Amino acid sequence: MTGRVVTVTSGKGGVGKTTATANIGAALASEGHSVVCIDADIGLRNLDVVMGLENRIVYDLVDIIEGRCRLKQAMIRDKRLKEMYLIPAAQTRDKTAVSPSDMVRLCEELRIEHDWILVDSPAGIERGFRNALAPSDVVIVITNPEVSAVRDADRIIGLIEAEEKGPAQLIINRIRPDMVKRGEMLSVDDIIELLAIDLIGLIPDDEEIMKGTNRGEPIALNGKSVSGQAFRNIASRLQGNHVPYIDLYASNRIFDRIARFIRTGGD
Amino acid sequence: MNPEINIKGIREGLLVTLSDGSWDKSHQELLKHLDEQLEFLRGARLAIDVGNQSLKATQLSTLRDEISERNLFLWAVLSSSPVTESTAQTLGLATRLSKPIFEEGVSRLDTTLYDGEEAILVQRTLRSGYNLTYPGHVVVIGDVNPGAEVIASGTIIVWGRLRGLVHAGAEGDTDAYVCALDLAPTQLRIAGQIATLKKQKGKQPEKASLINNQVIIEPWTKK
Repeated sequence: MTGRVVTVTSGKGGVGKTTATANIGAALASEGHSVVCIDADIGLRNLDVVMGLENRIVYDLVDIIEGRCRLKQAMIRDKRLKEMYLIPAAQTRDKTAVSPSDMVRLCEELRIEHDWILVDSPAGIERGFRNALAPSDVVIVITNPEVSAVRDADRIIGLIEAEEKGPAQLIINRIRPDMVKRGEMLSVDDIIELLAIDLIGLIPDDEEIMKGTNRGEPIALNGKSVSGQAFRNIASRLQGNHVPYIDLYASNRIFDRIARFIRTGGD
Repeated sequence: MNPEINIKGIREGLLVTLSDGSWDKSHQELLKHLDEQLEFLRGARLAIDVGNQSLKATQLSTLRDEISERNLFLWAVLSSSPVTESTAQTLGLATRLSKPIFEEGVSRLDTTLYDGEEAILVQRTLRSGYNLTYPGHVVVIGDVNPGAEVIASGTIIVWGRLRGLVHAGAEGDTDAYVCALDLAPTQLRIAGQIATLKKQKGKQPEKASLINNQVIIEPWTKK
């Protein structure tokens, strides 16, 4: 078994890297894959909170790298999903405690026994970002439909290309069809035109996602939620499946446009 | 001390100058030298002058990682090789110690060597954070995104969407101009003049040039 390493990054903070990592991980694990999520945001960890595993942390990423524990000891098994693990970040250290080559070595080891290794990158373009990028086979760039987030995504995509890790794939998070319709928000087409990379997911702006994040329960496990479906579709596309983009707001024009985009070969 | 490696203090940190010769050798010498001086150098910001070494992205990013593993910070790579310079730029490293600031009134004599003679063709999209500075004309086949900069002493032609910052005639050439299929730069400079353009969609190709010291935009149809 050779697992694939997927790095989720964005440049700008607060666009949904951690939420996406937890949900894509949960979606993959619920399909029976063995998944390890690594929080690479050393010093500002929160993947553990989003996954609801905060109180189970004994060892962390830096402990593994500095040899204070074995890899398996730092892997926290998810409460609901048998084959999902978290390697939390250290909270009392900073990004320089880990080097890109440490991350590569760690992921090489994890690859042997697990199908997917998801790396939650910190915001920014410095050491932490390079740590998260170093081991990746697939890079997912996540952005919001905001000019500042798209600008940072563009910068990040350039850096990913420079490190010869591209082409990255794009998730657009927090889309509000009503605002796009009124011309108050960047449309999916505008963003793709600027960033010029392939789309892998569209996530609507949904309160349920935030509620799930606060409760530590990934929405991807909620079979009824449309946003959960959006994350499950990303998990499926990661496996190379062709999944049509869901019509989130049946009568809404924006998603007709997305559908049209897909029909015209966007996927 | 190692005669092959020269370290001196500069305003921006430390400047490390490597001797010429094979990269493998200078690279090893450098790491050895850094390890020996680690206590003294701790946390330093390094600029490394690699001379005429032509280095690829993997070599430079390895070097950068090795330096950051030693708790040092590599912020600039100086080189007389254009390959190394452009690699360093793609990795987001500076390629000169202090950015030359364009000053009006730079004598045109300084540029006559290159003016109208040198040009480069860039066949890629220039993304945010990318800086392309060139002493001559620049032709880009691809987009110039917001946050990217193209600075040329000559003319700039973009076969694509131009949305970043461009400066044509950056050394004072008032005959330089800027053309793009979609001319919508964040800021456009020609010689000493600065203009900002209103964003419009679905326009025709346009050309910006200086007429009576003013930036004039017109359809890009004729020469």
